This record gives sequence, C-alpha cells and structure tokens, in this order.
Amino acid sequence: MATPKRPLSPFMIGPYYRPQITSMLSIAHRATGVVNALGVLAMAWWLVALAAGGDTYARFAAVADSLPGRVALFGFAATLVYHLLNGMRHLFWDAGLGFEIPQVYRSGYAVIALAAVLTAALWYVGARIGGAA
Amino acid sequence: MSRLRHPWAVARGLGSAKEGVAHWWAQRVSAGALLFLVPWFVVTVVGLLGVDAENARATLASPLNATLMLAFVLAVTWHARLGLQVVIEDYIHTPWLEVALQLAVKFAYALAAIASVLAIGRIAFTA
Repeated sequence: MATPKRPLSPFMIGPYYRPQITSMLSIAHRATGVVNALGVLAMAWWLVALAAGGDTYARFAAVADSLPGRVALFGFAATLVYHLLNGMRHLFWDAGLGFEIPQVYRSGYAVIALAAVLTAALWYVGARIGGAA
Repeated sequence: MSRLRHPWAVARGLGSAKEGVAHWWAQRVSAGALLFLVPWFVVTVVGLLGVDAENARATLASPLNATLMLAFVLAVTWHARLGLQVVIEDYIHTPWLEVALQLAVKFAYALAAIASVLAIGRIAFTA
C-alpha cells in the first residue's frame, strides 16, 4: 500500500514540543514504575538474605548500609513515593475527576512537591524508629 | 450485527481478547493496597538499615510486620508484573522477543514472590 503524503503528529519528545508537565509526569510514571519493578527484585534478594541470616546477611547489610547503598535505597524510596502519588492522580482520573487542564497542572505540581516532602518524611520517621540515624 | 463485520474478520476470529478488564482492575486493586503498604514498607526498611540480622529478623517476625510484609510482597509483585506486561506490549514489537520478555517477566516475578514468601515464613517461624 502506498503511503500517502499527509501531515503527521510529531512525537511528544523531541524538538517539536516544549516539555510539558503533562507528558513529562506521564513518562516519569512509567520510568519510576520500571525502576520500582527492579527494586522489587532487590527486595526479594534482601528478604532471602535476611532469612539466611548470619554472614550472608552481614555481607548484604554492609552493601546496603554503605553510602552507595543508602543513595540507591533513597532513590528507590523516592521513585516508590512519586509513583504512589502520581498513581493516586491516575485513580482520580479513572473516576472521571480532575480532567480540566488547570486541575491537571495543579495536581501535577502538587505531586512533585508532595513526593519530595513525603520521601523526606518517611525517611526521617524510618531513621527515627530504627537503630540507624 | 454480524452483517457489519467483513466475513474475513469473522473467519480470522481476532478482535478483543475479552480479558483486558480483569488486568485493568487487578492493576487498580493492587494499587489501592499499595497506597497503604508502600509508606509502611519504606519506613520499615529504612528503620532496619544498620540493624544486625538477629534484631532485623525479630522485628520482621512480629505478627503485624510479618503480615504486612507478606501483603506488600504479594501486592507489589502482582502490580509490577502487570505493569511491566503493559510496558513490553507498548514498546516491543518483535514477536519472538516480546513473547520471550513476557515469559521472563512472568517467571521472574513469580519466583520473586515465592522466594519472598518463603523467606518471610522462615523469618516469622524461626526468629
């Protein structure tokens, strides 16, 4: 079949559109979802190491409690929290709420701000109740 | 009604697989559970940083923590597997590669769930 010459809608990423919070947060939802899915495999590794206990867990804990380990865990916490908050946005949309463009922008900025606040708050509470500060 | 479909389309029998709604709902129901379980999980894991194996096991072995960790593991492996399935469907269009990746994801998250459940059981019953 011959391809007719007709105007095509350009892809949302690239030189054609300015970055928009709508598309950027949507991509971030997917990206954080994939990162979280990889983090889930790390979680399984952690639980298996903890069940083994002893030296096995000591070796795992040494990596997890190192600076790179903590940075990775903080990043995982941040992607979990972002995906959770933006997921709530999606659940409201599923219910037919918040579709007006000003509402979409407001909820988008709210998700970014709340993700930063909630990640920091959860980390703070965890560090307070835990042995490590 | 069938008059509106081309006989070829009827013969091929393709069209809706009629099971997308179950996937869609499972994704949302697991999301609802994770709204509560994720904050608990983050606080608990951060709290266990720098804690030795014996004390970490004792913490997770408490009935409440063991129950919530099991719930988190089951909800999050299910949610992750459903989500990755959609990502692969959207971006991978090479048939053999798509099937291989879909199977790999199913197996990987089934194994992760089984290993995690067994680990939580060992911790809960022996700590």
